Amino acid sequence: MAGASMKDIKLRIKSVESTMQITKAMELVASSKLRGAKLRVERSRPYFEVLHQTLADIAYSKQDFDSPYIHQRTVKRSCYVVIAGDRGLAGGYNANLFKAATAHMKDKNACVLPLGKKAVEYYERRDVDLLSKDFAEVAEVNISSCFEMAKLLSAAFLKGEFDELFLVYTNFVSMLTQSPAVLQMLPLNYHRGADKEATRKLRLYEPSAEEVYDAIVPEYLAGLIWGAVSESVASELGARRTAMDAASKNAGEMIDDLSLRYNRARQGAITQEITEIVAGAEQ
Amino acid sequence: MTSFPLQIVTPDGLFYDGPAEKVRVRTIAGDVCILARHLDYATALGMGEAAITIDGKVRRAACIGGMMAVTNGEVKLVATTFEWAENIDVQRAERAKAHAEKTLSTAQLDNQQILLAQAKLKRALVRLNITR
Repeated sequence: MAGASMKDIKLRIKSVESTMQITKAMELVASSKLRGAKLRVERSRPYFEVLHQTLADIAYSKQDFDSPYIHQRTVKRSCYVVIAGDRGLAGGYNANLFKAATAHMKDKNACVLPLGKKAVEYYERRDVDLLSKDFAEVAEVNISSCFEMAKLLSAAFLKGEFDELFLVYTNFVSMLTQSPAVLQMLPLNYHRGADKEATRKLRLYEPSAEEVYDAIVPEYLAGLIWGAVSESVASELGARRTAMDAASKNAGEMIDDLSLRYNRARQGAITQEITEIVAGAEQ
Repeated sequence: MTSFPLQIVTPDGLFYDGPAEKVRVRTIAGDVCILARHLDYATALGMGEAAITIDGKVRRAACIGGMMAVTNGEVKLVATTFEWAENIDVQRAERAKAHAEKTLSTAQLDNQQILLAQAKLKRALVRLNITR
């Protein structure tokens, strides 16, 4: 009897050990990929900042400035770009993101452009209109696919297929914290602050301010999506690293506990055997 | 020739940061050349060749999309794609050109697909033109 339970415990220890190997490997992979992902976020930032600055300058500097991209329309339909992960095993990464998206979409007639396999699955199951499933693998999204998306989205916006556009992604706050965020992409609105007067400079726009503005907006959107994708990928890896770290620690604790039980069972079996021998000799 | 500070930025990072004497780019309304002491200026870039004169030598590049801004004499070239002529992968561009032409020659395409293939063809042609 004691022997059987010893065998059981040994098997459990083995299986926990192999699980621990997997979680440890995943943690290492996630942390090495994370370094690259963080670098990517930093490298794309200057591009995006210059575009943003120019758009803001144009919008501020002209009193009678008008562009279809800044018109507030009555909202009949909203579009969401949702960036989730390709795989699970990343703690609450995907669940938190969908929770934030669903809360924001409440009472809205929404369609979704999903990025990441998990996002495609999630919205297919809920029968939400999908704009395109071409970008299912978030790990394979590169800059040019972001430009494709931006062109698709700005064309659809101008055609009036939807009246506002949001971006749902996960902000990489730190290695341990990632928070989901919803950002309005279209129509563009600027927070007109105190620096409004300071930015009003004379500048020559060629061919015209409106044309420059309308040409830059899709690029700006692509920059936004690319930035969000980079942030989300970094967040996913961060979340996976933390989750796998916790899993490895748990596995270690379980192994400790199981080996204690194994040794107790072994000790018990020996004691019993001795008792039996001694009892036999005394008779 | 008088030089001015030039920065070339793409989503991949900073491409060039230093003095230049002349920048010629293709904008959405045609070619534009910027020299030192230009007034504040902004334009959106089209698809075409960029020629940048550094130390009297002209460097050619494929420059697609984005914008160019001059602020207080400093020039910022913010391009979607920027490739120096010597870095262009000719074979890849040839392949892209052939592929796009094949796609365009097939019938049944919706507007979206036609636009996409046309854009790809244009990009490939720009790249090939510069290496020639």
